[in-house]
Amino acid sequence: MTDQTVAQTPGKKRTLPHINPVYVLVVALLLAIIVMNPAFGEPTGYMNFLKRMAALGILSAGALYVIVSGGFDLSVGSTMTLTVIGSSMLASNDPNTTYWVIPLMLGIGLVIGLINGLVVSYLKVPSLIATLGMMITLGGVAFMWSGGAPRGYLPETFRFFGRYNITDVPVIRILPIAVICLVVFGVLLWWLLHRTNFGRMLHAVGDNPQAAHLAGVPVRRVRIQAFIVSSLSAVVAGVILGGRAGVSVDIGSGYELQAITAAVIGGAQLLGGRGSVPATIAGALALEAIFTLLNLLGLAQPVRLVVQGLILIGAVALATYQRRRAGR
Amino acid sequence: MKKILTTLAIFGLLSGSTFGQAPNFDDPAEFAKQREQLTATFNGPADQPYLQYAGDEMVDTSEYATDAPWTVCFSNAGVNNPWRVVGYTNMTEEVALHPEIGTFTHVDAEGSDDKQIADIDDLLAGGNCDALIVSPNSTAALTPAVEKACAAGLPVIVFDRGVTTDCPVTFVHPVGGYGFGIQAAEHIIANVPAGGDVLMLRILPGVDVLETRASGARNMFAEAGLNVLGEEFTDGDNAKTKSIVEDYLQRGTIDAVWMDAGATAVAAVEAFEDQGVEIPVVTGEDQQDYLQKWRDLGFKGIAPTYPTYQWRTAVIAALNTLKGEPVPGPEWVLPQPAITEAVLDQYINENMPPLHYAMCGCEDMPNYPQAWGGTE
Repeated sequence: MTDQTVAQTPGKKRTLPHINPVYVLVVALLLAIIVMNPAFGEPTGYMNFLKRMAALGILSAGALYVIVSGGFDLSVGSTMTLTVIGSSMLASNDPNTTYWVIPLMLGIGLVIGLINGLVVSYLKVPSLIATLGMMITLGGVAFMWSGGAPRGYLPETFRFFGRYNITDVPVIRILPIAVICLVVFGVLLWWLLHRTNFGRMLHAVGDNPQAAHLAGVPVRRVRIQAFIVSSLSAVVAGVILGGRAGVSVDIGSGYELQAITAAVIGGAQLLGGRGSVPATIAGALALEAIFTLLNLLGLAQPVRLVVQGLILIGAVALATYQRRRAGR
Repeated sequence: MKKILTTLAIFGLLSGSTFGQAPNFDDPAEFAKQREQLTATFNGPADQPYLQYAGDEMVDTSEYATDAPWTVCFSNAGVNNPWRVVGYTNMTEEVALHPEIGTFTHVDAEGSDDKQIADIDDLLAGGNCDALIVSPNSTAALTPAVEKACAAGLPVIVFDRGVTTDCPVTFVHPVGGYGFGIQAAEHIIANVPAGGDVLMLRILPGVDVLETRASGARNMFAEAGLNVLGEEFTDGDNAKTKSIVEDYLQRGTIDAVWMDAGATAVAAVEAFEDQGVEIPVVTGEDQQDYLQKWRDLGFKGIAPTYPTYQWRTAVIAALNTLKGEPVPGPEWVLPQPAITEAVLDQYINENMPPLHYAMCGCEDMPNYPQAWGGTE
């Protein structure tokens, strides 16, 4: 019972009838894109767009767990790198390897998350440093494994998840497998964070670990589980991104910051206690939409970077302002 | 979209340095010279491109002649991309061919100017080097370090990126960036009717060897009356490349894609493939993944090269110097062939890794292909 009293408070606040500004931002960006380029309103246009952001969407939703618990996970980008490089090394273009390569990679992801969680919970290393160390280590492992240049291709069966579209679907015409993955994992991660006791405990830990501990929440275990969810999502995102883009040495690098950015645009609080999976995925949509919109505008690269940066700062500032005005 | 925060920071740095130095990446004289060298006849054995050189100028190295065995030192900018991995493998295999090299000391600057300057200092302070090979991380920053090595009386061989001093014995490099851009642009001009739309994809701005590729091509497109749809920077990222091409495809047709480097060429091709659009001319580089894609899909490709065999040449130049034999110099310009459809099959080897650079001049070496990650 104690658990529930602690947890319900953030739960109720989250459902206050304020529209999260990220949804307004996404709608505005998408409308702007459609105005610029009517072809985007066609199924192939928006389906391709969703396909493109699927990896970041899943990654951000997973990384949100660590953010809600009050930490950071900087190792997710290099976990993706390791997933893609490792899979290409193990598979070496044999389509029959996929069925064991992906589970193996998920296993590796589980171990990475477990180590992150143990280091943060028991060795009391701040998560920023612990996962930064993990990020560097994994980058090194991927480099050593491949010798600096990948030694194999990803087979088509592996790339299926990130690359293939089901065609001839009524109404929407094409349905990329990556979009199905996004929906499935998005719903799963939403359910786990917002509809289970684990999710409530996670919020409590991020909000006030001491209070959560006194209320009987197993703080360490909950934190470790958050890191595991994050790493597993990174492996899934790696499989999808590798499928979309193919093998390259630095695939996935920089994604850790994008994931955090997506969560913050979605209104997550960086020091924990608050965050929403759907809003985070919307944040990822917004990031990808900004990129697409600026591409369509045909601005010169430097101008584009400036605009991109300003929109990001503006979006986060707006989210923070709204929250403060709402007295939260 | 990638690395928003870091890109912003890098942009700040780049713009600062670009405005500060205002280097000239559009030099008509150099453009004309390289254009000529692309089709020139090179001296040296026909079947060993890594020994060939343009022009007849030689440098007398008798002052450096000493007795073997030698200690050859190598200050390397980094082994941080597949091109450098292949090149460095070429180099170590070349060293293994020469028993007269007693010790080969390799120091890796890991892509940092500061570390490379310190590395060269350390090598000089150690006093064991008989010759120094330098592959500079960046031109301006490494020039003083190279001058210092020359002043210490060491024969210095520079290759890949240059330095702005003529104190090294020789500077080994292929024809150059303009040449690369010209080869790709010529192929596009030959296969796209005037008025056609070309998308130029580049890795990043501000790097001399890449800027010259782009400016060489840009000039030629303007001359031929082709319309450049845009110049986009991909950060060498496959996913981003694919997104950019998809966005352009939504807005209209693309008659050709010009690439300043081949790393993301396959992603560009896949963007057309996945949209069910016929694949236009897409230029690339000599990496196996692109060559095989080109063969399998039968589009109009071309693979200009920046041959990795220059890593062998640098070792050979150092040895010839220590023997006191004349060396092509002050610049040893190597041939820079493009792989065309006519010779495509002879460069494809499915047993090599996807990012292996085919124009390695390494097929005749004893440990080929295992040392490069291939299988028999």
